[in-house]
Amino acid sequence: MAADPISQFQVKNLVTFGEVGGHEIAFTNSALFMGITVVGVAALLLGGSARRALVPGRMQSIAELSYEFIASTIQSTAGKAGMRFFPLVFSLFMFILIANMLGMIPGGFTVTSHLIVTFCMALLVFLTVIVYGFVKNGLGFFRLFVPKGIPIFVLPLIVFIEVLSFISRPVSHSVRLFANMLAGHITLKVLASFVTMMGGLGIAGWLGAVLPLGLVVAITALEFLVAFLQAYVFAILTCIYLNDAIHPGH
Amino acid sequence: MAGGSDDQDNNGDHAAREAALSARLRSLGERLGRRGRGLGAGQDSGGDAAGDNGPGDNASAIARGFRLSTELVAGVLVGAFIGWALDAWLGTRPWGMIVFLLLGFAAGVVNVMRAAGVMRGPGQAD
Repeated sequence: MAADPISQFQVKNLVTFGEVGGHEIAFTNSALFMGITVVGVAALLLGGSARRALVPGRMQSIAELSYEFIASTIQSTAGKAGMRFFPLVFSLFMFILIANMLGMIPGGFTVTSHLIVTFCMALLVFLTVIVYGFVKNGLGFFRLFVPKGIPIFVLPLIVFIEVLSFISRPVSHSVRLFANMLAGHITLKVLASFVTMMGGLGIAGWLGAVLPLGLVVAITALEFLVAFLQAYVFAILTCIYLNDAIHPGH
Repeated sequence: MAGGSDDQDNNGDHAAREAALSARLRSLGERLGRRGRGLGAGQDSGGDAAGDNGPGDNASAIARGFRLSTELVAGVLVGAFIGWALDAWLGTRPWGMIVFLLLGFAAGVVNVMRAAGVMRGPGQAD
């Protein structure tokens, strides 16, 4: 395994199918891990709901807990009407959560550490908000950009700022997840390489390596927390944005 | 049964118990309400100033800090990109960048204030 901290994010072709218009079409390690993620989510939920016991077992508990967690998150941020988007929010949450957790397995590939992946998910939410907002509210959706109680002569400026703030949503939505995962994994790798470098220096190096080793252990624990937290933050922001589409200006 | 043949102090005892019970119910309701708010809306608005000192508190503070910083950066980046694109398209070299960078900065600040719960959401009356 390469020692530099960046090579863990490299996308490699596993199977190349050919070329379409100068672009290589290939099955990459990223696609493989996305597939594993989807299979993992499906296995967890199908396995959890297969028994349908009145007193849930372990798998069923996990499935029920995750359902109730997301359901209560949606209802507290977007209200009852938000439950129509439960499949979207739940899929996003479970996908990101399992992908982040798979990335914590040594040698694994972190799908969410690529900006294009997180940006696609954020763009999906963004476009859902726009399309649903216009379908549900018609032109009333534009009220989102016109705050109430603003003097008429600063209104154009405010509307500009509101529109820019709206457009910047998918950027911050995606960059947050991507940067957290990227930074965490790079930190881990750098600190772990300190351990091996100092270990090569003999007995004094071994003693010195205790500090970075302890840090690696601590940051691994923190990364597990971040993996969950970022999935949750992505889900809750999705709910907040969807809330704007459901009730713009209330 | 306290209903049948109460004398004076039995009646007073009953009222005191009733009062104590309702006080306990009220405090339970308040605690539950705090709990529910803390669990449900820990991230979205800055209202969790009550500050439960759970183990996840520090970590969610990190997440909050990260959220606020990305909001600001995203606003500035989008403004800069729009300004640059307009300049390249219309050939108004410095002006689009200047105007939209400033607007983007303002939008970023608006985003941060909204994320921190200082300001109401878009289009919401206060």
